[in-house]
Amino acid sequence: MALKYSLGVDVGSTTVKTLILENDKIIYSKYERHFSKVRETVIQQLKAIKDEFPDAYFNICFTGSAGLGIANTAKLSFVQEVYAAFIAVNKAHPDTDVVVELGGEDAKIIFLTGGVEQRMNGSCAGGTGAFIDQMSTLLDISPDKLNELSLSSEKLYPIASRCGVFAKSDIQPLLNQGAKKEDIAASIFQAVVDQTVSGLAQGREIKGKVLFLGGPLYFLSGLRRAFVKTLNLKEEDAVFPDLAPCFMAYGCALHAKETGEPRTIEAIIEKIVSSEAVETVATGNVLFKSQEDYHAFVERHSKFDLKYEDIKTYEGDAYLGIDAGSTTTKLVLITPDAKLLYNHYSSNKGQPLDIIAKQLEEIYSIANKKLNIRAAAVTGYGEDLIKSGLGLDFGIVETVAHFKAAAYFCPQVDFIIDIGGQDIKCFKIKNNAIDSIMLNEACSSGCGSFIQTFAQALGYDIAEFAQLGLFAESPVELGSRCTVFMNSSVKQAQKDGATVEDISAGLSASIIKNAVYKVIRAKSVDELGKNIVVQGGTFLNDAVLRSFEIELGRNVVRPSISGLMGAFGCALFALENTGKEHKTNIISKDELNSFSYSSKAGQCRGCTANCSLTIIQFNDGHKFVSGNRCEKGAGQKASSLDLNLYEYKYNKIKEIVKADKNNKKARVGIPLALNFYDQLPLFYTMLTELGFEVVISDESTRDIYYKGQHTIPSDTVCYPAKLVHGHIESLFEKNVDFIFYPCMSYNIDEGGSDNHFNCPVVAYYPELLKANISKLNDDNFVTPYIDLNRREHVAKAVVKALKKYKLKTKDVQKALEKGFNELESFNNEIKDKAQQIITQAREQGKKIIVLAGRPYHTDPEINHGIHKLISSLGMAVITEDSVFHLAENEKLDVLNQWTYHSRLYRAAQYVAEQPDMQLVQLVSFGCGIDAITTDELRAILEQKGKLYTQLKIDEINNLGAAKIRLRSLVAAIEEKEAANGK
Amino acid sequence: MENKGCNFEKSAGRISSVKFTEEMKKTHTILVPDMLPIHFELILSVFRQYGYKLELLKTSTKSVVDEGLKNVHNDTCYPALLVIGQFIEALKSGKYDPDKTALMITQTGGGCRASNYIHLLRKSLSTQFPQVPVISLNFSGLEKGSSMPLSIPVVLKLIFAVLYGDMLMLLYNQCKPYEINKGETDTVLNNWEKKLNENIAKNRFFSLSKTYKAILDDFAKIKRSAEKKPRVGIVGEIYVKYSPLANNHLENFLISEGCEPVVPGLLDFVLYCAINTVNDGKLYDFRNLSTIANKIGYDILYSKQKQMIKIIKQHGVFEPPHDFEHLRHEADRFIHQGVKMGEGWLITAEMSALAQTGTENIICTQPFGCLPNHIVAKGSSRAIKDAYPDANIVAIDYDPGATKVNQENRIKLMLANVKKK
Repeated sequence: MALKYSLGVDVGSTTVKTLILENDKIIYSKYERHFSKVRETVIQQLKAIKDEFPDAYFNICFTGSAGLGIANTAKLSFVQEVYAAFIAVNKAHPDTDVVVELGGEDAKIIFLTGGVEQRMNGSCAGGTGAFIDQMSTLLDISPDKLNELSLSSEKLYPIASRCGVFAKSDIQPLLNQGAKKEDIAASIFQAVVDQTVSGLAQGREIKGKVLFLGGPLYFLSGLRRAFVKTLNLKEEDAVFPDLAPCFMAYGCALHAKETGEPRTIEAIIEKIVSSEAVETVATGNVLFKSQEDYHAFVERHSKFDLKYEDIKTYEGDAYLGIDAGSTTTKLVLITPDAKLLYNHYSSNKGQPLDIIAKQLEEIYSIANKKLNIRAAAVTGYGEDLIKSGLGLDFGIVETVAHFKAAAYFCPQVDFIIDIGGQDIKCFKIKNNAIDSIMLNEACSSGCGSFIQTFAQALGYDIAEFAQLGLFAESPVELGSRCTVFMNSSVKQAQKDGATVEDISAGLSASIIKNAVYKVIRAKSVDELGKNIVVQGGTFLNDAVLRSFEIELGRNVVRPSISGLMGAFGCALFALENTGKEHKTNIISKDELNSFSYSSKAGQCRGCTANCSLTIIQFNDGHKFVSGNRCEKGAGQKASSLDLNLYEYKYNKIKEIVKADKNNKKARVGIPLALNFYDQLPLFYTMLTELGFEVVISDESTRDIYYKGQHTIPSDTVCYPAKLVHGHIESLFEKNVDFIFYPCMSYNIDEGGSDNHFNCPVVAYYPELLKANISKLNDDNFVTPYIDLNRREHVAKAVVKALKKYKLKTKDVQKALEKGFNELESFNNEIKDKAQQIITQAREQGKKIIVLAGRPYHTDPEINHGIHKLISSLGMAVITEDSVFHLAENEKLDVLNQWTYHSRLYRAAQYVAEQPDMQLVQLVSFGCGIDAITTDELRAILEQKGKLYTQLKIDEINNLGAAKIRLRSLVAAIEEKEAANGK
Repeated sequence: MENKGCNFEKSAGRISSVKFTEEMKKTHTILVPDMLPIHFELILSVFRQYGYKLELLKTSTKSVVDEGLKNVHNDTCYPALLVIGQFIEALKSGKYDPDKTALMITQTGGGCRASNYIHLLRKSLSTQFPQVPVISLNFSGLEKGSSMPLSIPVVLKLIFAVLYGDMLMLLYNQCKPYEINKGETDTVLNNWEKKLNENIAKNRFFSLSKTYKAILDDFAKIKRSAEKKPRVGIVGEIYVKYSPLANNHLENFLISEGCEPVVPGLLDFVLYCAINTVNDGKLYDFRNLSTIANKIGYDILYSKQKQMIKIIKQHGVFEPPHDFEHLRHEADRFIHQGVKMGEGWLITAEMSALAQTGTENIICTQPFGCLPNHIVAKGSSRAIKDAYPDANIVAIDYDPGATKVNQENRIKLMLANVKKK
């Protein structure tokens, strides 16, 4: 018999790894990306092996996420990758305590000692190799370059890695504001580490000897550095084996040695080839039945075009519009009768300022000398920077720009949908004003950049890729959820034999499904109205456009400048709003020649928020500062917070607890989190009256969050809950004797509702804390079950819970009564202050925003200073719990069973009756209950002709999107008022 | 099952909903979502006996999910999305005349979102099928005038249905993985389903113990291999745990992977609901009609469970279900019985009881973002693992975007660990 070897083949989501053992010796290994051509790459590698080892026999075994399918259909042996890792670790590094493996699309942690446990990323691919790839694409550099940059970083920005989408929305503003790529690169790696530590370790500490595996960790030294630093590992405890990229293949080969049956490579290839693609793929609608259909479609859409005018010969006024979007930069120059003189559309490559400056140069150089740019307007993420840097006349909010442009093509427009690089924006138009705005919130699957990334991954140019889908015979059904899942669906489809054409068409359809089901959430097409205008670069893709028409069952208007609509709207705005006397500030040709800038990072010391700042210094001496939440950071005077109840209330809460050294019974800690933002006066008073010294945890900050991060067991719980872990740590630092944190199924019954529950998370979070923070025990963590509506019972329960201190029921009753009185007077104070603010605002003619959420949204680390943003827009801001009592709870279409949520409904009913008030709802990501409240609030408000605005918040500290929404709200109110002839 | 009776009469706010009238019994077909295939057929048989026309929805096409996505907020939990999607899909399918169709949905009245399903359903019906009445099946006095009338005989018969359903499910799972003649277990199951449904239809409720014994004998006759297969417990949110539509046929998948699924019965959940009201009374110092009635109900039901366990033990072939009082005891080790939203402490208790009795591999199924499960499932598994170092617990999230492959991969990962041992 010929020579016999063991062959391990690890087919992952992005790579194929092969490794050969001769007895126990590794004699061959190879690592290669497969670019989704899974079978081809495997066969190619096998052929390479055959060339090197002709006539040999192999015990073969497969592993890896994509290896499963191949092994199953070809009836070859397969071993689970984690199991393969076990085998390999036991052989090569038997003293390992923990294995951390990052792969293309998965991340795993295996705890080997102290109870074997394996963790794998579940519903989310944040923090994986694919995430890093995605980020380097965003920065337009290779992952290697990213690594290199990260090594010379100076500071870290917080970036969310839970989802590529969130990270993008963190990174994009940084890029647009000119943050250094070095710092961003390092921040990306830090995000991956944080994701692994919080998302995967889920409460179990990563310590002891740690083995790091997988391609990304092997190739990226910056990532390794971040891991070692974050986990606080000693050098000898962090093991990065040379074999890391092929480690699973090694385990797999070891397994093959024990189990497989020897075959020649030919036989193996034969088995794989003959088993190909037997499964059926779910298919969707064909886009075009014939070429004629397509031509008719093209013909129909070609009607919506602009007239053109030659920039080289045109003499007279011109108006410039710029849309500095999240991933692309768009620019148009028009004549006063809206003829197009010049346009530009390109990826901003993270440097929108440079690109626009270059375009201006180009315009100046080719334009007729008698062309006069009268005014310019800019919109988009980069608005402030561009406006400041290039001296533009107007900055307008995107929604307004898009509406202006759409109305130009279709004056009767009822509905606009714009699908851009990473956002979907939809607005309904009523009475010539924006009536409601819907943005994609938590998820950007189905946005343009996704299809682009995919085209690139498959080795196609985006335009070419889109074109492929037009005549696909059986488009793949890919569903409508997360990009990550879409990724695996696509891979699945490919494995099942779908063609690139089918996938292209399928992706187009799924983009639309996302828009319709996730963003618009329309029940019927009639809701959208008759005249629908679609825009955004993504709709230039005929396959996407056609999919939309098919899904809607009706034709829509797509202007030929679909991708430039934001810029066009800006130009129109500039045209309409430039008076005769206006003189533009736009940078001149000469100034442009010497234009340059530099950026540096800084930190605002204006208040305790310590915002991270990016400071751009222009060569003409003026500065632009971004990253700040209020005007202070930008070196301006902060807008007055007099009419800001959030600020007032937060300060009042902090003042509740006063140091009282006379109380010697014990030192009691209360975490300033969740329901304590509502009930602190009650419990503080009660405990103080009973002779305890009460301390509260430090104010929430990012650092507080990190302190408790390692004990969070569920990564999808809301941020306010996650923060509690840090507050518990903070209390331990204050040397408290015990922490008082009651469990409460019920909140206080405030009347008018069906029931008065707390949400499950608020109700029982102490149980979770006890089970996951090892320092907590029955002695130092007192969590009685109490129902505040039954005071006698509460007194008894407290006596029992604190029996160590031998309290008398009578005393507790008295203390409790005092607590309730304090709670009431505290609440009254807030309500009175709200009335004052309302009166003052009305005197000053200011609009009033009821920023409605939960009591704990008062926490600036949770609300990210959105209230200050509202103040800076010149409006007064009050809380939902300061006005809800002014309205009765009317009949609702939902079961009104939670106290805090009932306040929301009542506050909305109150706002609906106030002409100068609007409601903005804060929703914490992961709050399942708000899935019910948001729809109901919208209905309450819209029934009375009010606008509904929702802001989703998370640990991410990016106010960009919030700002757009709030400004759109202001613009919409103004337009509405103008339309009503006020 | 709240400590405070929800004795409100709630007519809708903006949307008007149709009531199910006595006359509709004759004209309307009531559609019911399929949560537990075995149990629900038996439950429907009980109602049929009272003159209702009912049909269990077994659709599981992609359009169920699509309709769900279109009709409810996407962040709403997966069970709501599926149940509502299934209803709307059925109404749109043309199979049922919307003017002669009603829908039935269960409501527990607890502090999690599930009690709102009926409202979400009504919201989505209001624009498309405003004529379709929705009936609530609940034991909490919610939805007066729109709920299934539950007289004491009806409730008793429903209990029989639950008990028989649990028995059949229990035995099926203990036989199917080991059957030697393919399909034999299914045949026995089908025969008994038919027999019990007929008996219920004829209002013949034989003595429980006699029937149990006959069922046990029949299942014991199935030829089974003596091979020892790894046992995998399934706990979690009630709909996802049981419904094959929601959990992508988890039990079948486990069987095909060479495991024996261990699925706690529906009676546990009923007992859990009953004892929670009793617990509330004790915790918060009050007594009312509801706590007293629930205590009586609990005692009766618990005695029925003990009877079932005793008979299975005496029969000697199969493993009986966990004793509920024992579950409560297990709960006390890890969590407070005051945690009563969703499946609450029951999930923690079941995980512990499973680990204790040799089913160390546990799949905890939950809808993505399920709020109570943050506490009782993901939140408590660390404590359970500390107590049972060999426990192998994996939490699987279900939602419209999660692919079957992804879920199965995670389960396989867990199984790889089992086989290693």
